[in-house]
Amino acid sequence: MANETEIKYLTPITVETQRKKYCRFKKSGIKYIDYKDADFLLKFVNEQGKLLPRRLTGTSNKYQKKVAQAVKRARHLALMPYVADLLK
Amino acid sequence: MVRQYETVFIMTPVLSEQQIKETVQKYQSLLTESGAEIVYENNWGMRKLAYPIQKKSTGFYYLIEFKAEGELIAKLETTYKRDEKLLRFLTVSLDKHAIAYNEKKRSGGMRKQQEAAMAKQEIVKPKSQEEAEN
Repeated sequence: MANETEIKYLTPITVETQRKKYCRFKKSGIKYIDYKDADFLLKFVNEQGKLLPRRLTGTSNKYQKKVAQAVKRARHLALMPYVADLLK
Repeated sequence: MVRQYETVFIMTPVLSEQQIKETVQKYQSLLTESGAEIVYENNWGMRKLAYPIQKKSTGFYYLIEFKAEGELIAKLETTYKRDEKLLRFLTVSLDKHAIAYNEKKRSGGMRKQQEAAMAKQEIVKPKSQEEAEN
């Protein structure tokens, strides 16, 4: 009886503690995203220079739209590439 | 309605310094003569482009922030389009947050400069005191 209730694992189970995502703009009170600051915008694109989805960055919908707008403006002014390899 | 705008244009790197000055002055006078009020200007200088434009890999960036009527923008952009010295241009209207951000950035830069100046003074002062004591 006692053996049935005790479950033994060969490898210890890893309990995934998912950290809660948050919108960094809401948290730090940033209201305007500058398209001229290419270094900052680099955080929101992947290695190929594509925009990262909200589910990865945790940005709220309101600010994701602004990030997208800023990245597109930066690309137009050749501050960021449209297509790239190994950006980071 | 008077709004605040911000415009950035990229000039070709083949221009001489004189030509760059002339081009910048042309747009400054165009804005002021059409009743715009220039709030801020910034010369970013020669920068590397993230990708080649018209087979050029560098360009001279220049930023002008101004207050004007909306009708002026169309006029400005047509002159931009006709100008062969320019590689790219971008004009955006600024909302209240953008204006606040730009002002903060400017004053912040000022603060840093002031701090640097203060630090220099502080370094200089003790030395002069020491010299006086000696």
